[in-house]
Amino acid sequence: MNSYLLKRVMVLFPVLIGMTIIVFSIIHAIPGDPAETILGQKATEQSKQALREQLGLDKPWLQQYFNYMGDLVQGDLGTSIRTKTPIAKEIMPYLAATLELTAASMLFATFVGVNAGILSAWRQNSWFDYTAMIIALIGVSMPIFWLGLMEQMLFALKLHWLPSIGRMDQRNPVESITNLYVIDTILAGDWRQLWTVIKHLILPSIALGTIPMAIIARMTRSSMLEVMNSDYIRTAKAKGLSQFLVVYKHALKNALIPVLTVVGLQTGALLGGAVLTETIFAWPGVGRYIFEAISSRDYPVIQTGILIIAFIFVFINLLVDLLYAVIDPRINYK
Amino acid sequence: MIQPILKIENLHTHFFTDRGEVPAVDGVDLYINPGEVLGVVGESGCGKSVTSLSILKLVPDPPGEIVGGRILLKGRDLVPLKEKEMRKIRGDSVSMIFQEPMTSLNPLFTVGQQIIETVRLHRGLSKKEAREHAVEMLRKVGIPRPEAIIDEYPHQLSGGMRQRVMIAMSISCSPELLIADEPTTALDVTIQAQILDLIRRLNEEQGTAVMLITHDLGVVAEMCHRVAVMYAGKVVEEGSVRDIFKNPLHPYTRGLIESVPRMDETRERLYSIPGNVPILSKEMQGCRFAPRCLDVMDICRQSLPKLTLQEEQHSCRCWLHESQQEDAV
Repeated sequence: MNSYLLKRVMVLFPVLIGMTIIVFSIIHAIPGDPAETILGQKATEQSKQALREQLGLDKPWLQQYFNYMGDLVQGDLGTSIRTKTPIAKEIMPYLAATLELTAASMLFATFVGVNAGILSAWRQNSWFDYTAMIIALIGVSMPIFWLGLMEQMLFALKLHWLPSIGRMDQRNPVESITNLYVIDTILAGDWRQLWTVIKHLILPSIALGTIPMAIIARMTRSSMLEVMNSDYIRTAKAKGLSQFLVVYKHALKNALIPVLTVVGLQTGALLGGAVLTETIFAWPGVGRYIFEAISSRDYPVIQTGILIIAFIFVFINLLVDLLYAVIDPRINYK
Repeated sequence: MIQPILKIENLHTHFFTDRGEVPAVDGVDLYINPGEVLGVVGESGCGKSVTSLSILKLVPDPPGEIVGGRILLKGRDLVPLKEKEMRKIRGDSVSMIFQEPMTSLNPLFTVGQQIIETVRLHRGLSKKEAREHAVEMLRKVGIPRPEAIIDEYPHQLSGGMRQRVMIAMSISCSPELLIADEPTTALDVTIQAQILDLIRRLNEEQGTAVMLITHDLGVVAEMCHRVAVMYAGKVVEEGSVRDIFKNPLHPYTRGLIESVPRMDETRERLYSIPGNVPILSKEMQGCRFAPRCLDVMDICRQSLPKLTLQEEQHSCRCWLHESQQEDAV
């Protein structure tokens, strides 16, 4: 198990290096000049050239790449051209915001999706099954920015049940320790603010979680249907177990592996930041952070941001692979 | 007269498919006395497995449904029972072992977890007691090092060991009736003998009645006290092992016995009953075996004979013998 883990971690490096090469090439292929974006169109050629030299942008690409990698290896994630702040420090609150939203969205998506999938399979071809699968189909095909806007119109503007934008009540904010506001409010013991934070999370996580929820529901259903026909389910019934135990204990555990794969992939995708959802809900997440960096040609931020997201994505996949072995004893990593 | 532990009367289990209603079990009558081993034999698709699943009401519904008849377990009819009542019977007073030991155990739970679950459910034992009981059961079915095997997963065991585990699980609540649906079909011949030996020992030592479903007449001769021969959803002949083998009455039974390869004979080809099992439908008329029967008469194609008693505890469903009996009367 440990040697397997080591092997998997070693494989991470070539993946991430490949990632840096691709991102670096793409960024430099984008038309536009950071010096001009920063100084404005009226800046003189001299001042632009001076800035390029200062940022190292006058050097050949290959040299720029190796300089960047050299810094990276030493743990220097670079400095934002725009704000002159170290990216490692700057990106943390954004990452935390995305992490919190992703966690809430996936919690919603997994809980609702898995249960809907199970019930659909359990009561196959019933009205519940048909309704759930139609909703799932609508879920995967709906543009999420539209869903977000509709949610805001109904629950914020019309019914005034939930806040439409932001992460918490800014009038009396709690101290940011982790930047995960749910945890920060708990640490501060501010239960009212905790409730506000949760209320702020509801609409964006439903908007963001709808597609994963629909995918998870459909995957759970098909996986459960396959498992429910297996011999060991008949054995479980023949032992006199209740339907609930047969379905939720004996069948679900066996049906979980493909579902887990989907949950992992979707979590990774959401962690990459959802620019549209974040924009609609004024959610200060990593998606918007990188989007702004792209608009202002802030090369180091784009590179580092994408690298971090890629790292998280690969890490989650590794985690899912390890979880397989926890669920299924037949999977043995040696 | 002893009360049978299980008495099936005129059982009808039909499947409702796109091609119409299929009477997989079409008026089956059977009984098993306490401590008895009843063999149910027949070709694939004759309804023997569906009959066994019907007893525990485990026929997949839809498409299957028990549409008529009674299943009396010690005099109590199971057919009208609610699911909740049935669950108390399954795995407790009636338990079942299946054909495929490779797939019949849940791969994600240890052997112990699967046995303990059953014992705790029906006997309400504590975790520790249930575990001890499970070890005891594993030892009883001849598993070496039961204390260690109990924590293993099914994939770590061989086919024969898994079937032993299945048997340990099914006898863990001391059932009065054990239904074994082709328990040795998927196993090697040497392992088959061991498993059959185990089932017979349980029958002799614990007095557990066994309903042994098989298509292997050798197994029947070896194991059973009584035999019911099924064809196309009906019992066509029923009697003691001795009667069935020495004096088979139904042409189908005779054909089956003829088909068994024998050591003392040198034949170029094995005997086989010509034709195929009919596709079951509600519109069938006459004796189901008529199209394949060598002794077929006109009446066979027109109306269905009854299962009638020919001699003591030996009954047969055939016009050949129906007429004889009428003559006798």
